Amino acid sequence: MRFYFKTDYAQDVRLFQDGVQVFWYVALAAALLALPVLLPEYLIGQMVFILIYCIIGAGMMLLIGYTGQISLGHAAFLAVGAYTEALLQARGVPFAVSLSAAALLSGVAGFIIGMPALRLKGIYLAIATMAFGFIVEEVITRWEHVTGGNSGKQLKQIDFFGIAIDNDARFYYLCLGLVAVIFLGMINLMRSPTGRAFVAIRDSEISAQSMGIHLARYKTISFAISAALTGVAGALYAHKVQFISPEQFNLLVSIEMATLVFIGGLGSFHGAVFGAAFIIALPQVIVFMKDYLPTAIAQQTGLQPTIFGLILIAFLIFEPLGIYGRWVKIRTYFSLFPFYRGGMFRRQKAYMKSDRLK
Amino acid sequence: MSFFTAENLSIQFGGVKAVTNVSFEVERGEVFTIIGPNGAGKTTIFNLISLIYPPTSGRILFEGQEITGLAPHRVANLGIARTFQNIELFEHATVLQNLLIGRHTHRTTALWQELLFLPPVRRAEIAHREAAEKVIDFLDLQHYRDSFVAGLPYGVRKVVELARALTTGPKLQLLDEPSSGLNPEESDDMAFWIEDLKKDLGITVLMVEHDMSLVSRVSDRVLALNQGEMLALGTSREVQSDPRVIEAYLGKQE
Ligand SMILES: Nc1ncnc2c1ncn2[C@@H]1O[C@H](COP(=O)(O)OP(=O)(O)OP(=O)(O)O)[C@@H](O)[C@H]1O
Ligand SMILES: [Mg+2]
Repeated sequence: MRFYFKTDYAQDVRLFQDGVQVFWYVALAAALLALPVLLPEYLIGQMVFILIYCIIGAGMMLLIGYTGQISLGHAAFLAVGAYTEALLQARGVPFAVSLSAAALLSGVAGFIIGMPALRLKGIYLAIATMAFGFIVEEVITRWEHVTGGNSGKQLKQIDFFGIAIDNDARFYYLCLGLVAVIFLGMINLMRSPTGRAFVAIRDSEISAQSMGIHLARYKTISFAISAALTGVAGALYAHKVQFISPEQFNLLVSIEMATLVFIGGLGSFHGAVFGAAFIIALPQVIVFMKDYLPTAIAQQTGLQPTIFGLILIAFLIFEPLGIYGRWVKIRTYFSLFPFYRGGMFRRQKAYMKSDRLK
Repeated sequence: MSFFTAENLSIQFGGVKAVTNVSFEVERGEVFTIIGPNGAGKTTIFNLISLIYPPTSGRILFEGQEITGLAPHRVANLGIARTFQNIELFEHATVLQNLLIGRHTHRTTALWQELLFLPPVRRAEIAHREAAEKVIDFLDLQHYRDSFVAGLPYGVRKVVELARALTTGPKLQLLDEPSSGLNPEESDDMAFWIEDLKKDLGITVLMVEHDMSLVSRVSDRVLALNQGEMLALGTSREVQSDPRVIEAYLGKQE
């Protein structure tokens, strides 16, 4: 077990607590950079998807895990990002500009939708955002002369300041760089007043307000940032799959994006990464498992969503803190060995909460 | 011009007249306590001051400025902080993070600076941290600095809530039943702190409290309410011996 002795407030404000932590992050970065040399092309392709989902995860974590607002319509922002990228690339706009435009446009869409929608709470907010998702899906289906309707849109490979991103290894490095920048930005945000305001809103709106936090403004900022990140992910996704059409942005995708953070673990960006890896790995594992299952089960359609649903329910019941929560417990177990107590992470019910003010 | 004024405040919830025609003034630097049986409308007065509900009639003035009609989050900027009867902390954050959220009104940095964590943000964070530490020292919370609120015992949570309110740097502190649920020792600490708030920090206190020994110990003036109406206003001794107050608490004596 490590102890931290602090002698200066600057130590509380630092990004990394100590040298040990720095060491592990450097090691992780080195491993990630070496990956394309070590893994076969196919798996690097899967890593690209994981990285794209990490960006989605960061946005969803900010909104759901840190601000406590649900959205079941985020596939719409994925679509805004993807179609912006497709349309601008077709007009010969450089990638750096079109990617920024994708982020900006989705962010603005998020801001405009967030303002009215975030007056609602819980299930009402879920329904309102879901309706928004349907509307966007319908618009891109019908607006044929721009979006190509159901026949979709084709994308060319990315030209990144003269470097052709023509293989998965290059795409991987591009995504890795973006993920690093985005996560650093989000972590910075969360250790600043804006991030703390998000957490305050999540835990008690009435207190947040009495601390001077403008609820509507901060909820909308959170929604807009998460939409912008989703837009970036959408642009990358469009390039990765090279072809986009409306059904890639339907309700199921929105739900998948939201469940990512529940499975990964609410309230930490580590959770977003674990959740992203899980969402991408699960279908692969299921395909692999099919060989070992009785044919009657293996041939069923809907096997994958069913397993997905069961796992989600299992997480909500048995490990509400998600994969990251499980990891923290295991780590604590080893660092305290043999003094770990069973009830260590159980929450104390030492008080009564009243809903009189709600 | 007095420091804080409530003028003919009334509010009705449907048919329930929760507060009717309540007027009082609080002078700078005093401890003013509102007492009354359950359901008298004490918390409702706090909610009116926090602008959670608009009053049906009447107005509230703070330092000569009318606050009724402002957006609720503005109250903190003016220098009014509150604690809640049922403790409303940020459960999934540490004590320190709770206090830092209390510094929100002192925010100086813009969103884009925070995303990059530029030097101004770093400097501001260190200043927030120092301000929070002063309050931690004042209320002896050092031991709990990095504990998650969700795991703390009730008595400590009560103190953390006061601490969070103090980090906002209030001129007027509203305390809703600061000693409820505390054991006699903790209650005694709370009384000391309220006295220190007034003497050392120069904060004016408007408090709701049931424990009459605490009330008489710290209050300069007391207002008694019953069923939303004012019964008596004066020193603690005067109010406690007022026959209408005794009647409201004990029922009519034949
Ligand atoms: N939001 C609301 N909607 C409807 N009625 C309310 C609301 N808030 C308060 N009331 C009613 O107003 C009256 C006064 O309530 P209030 O909470 O102010 O009492 P109190 O004096 O704080 O009592 P206690 O000592 O129990 O805390 C009660 O009858 C209560 O039911
Ligand atoms: Mg009350």
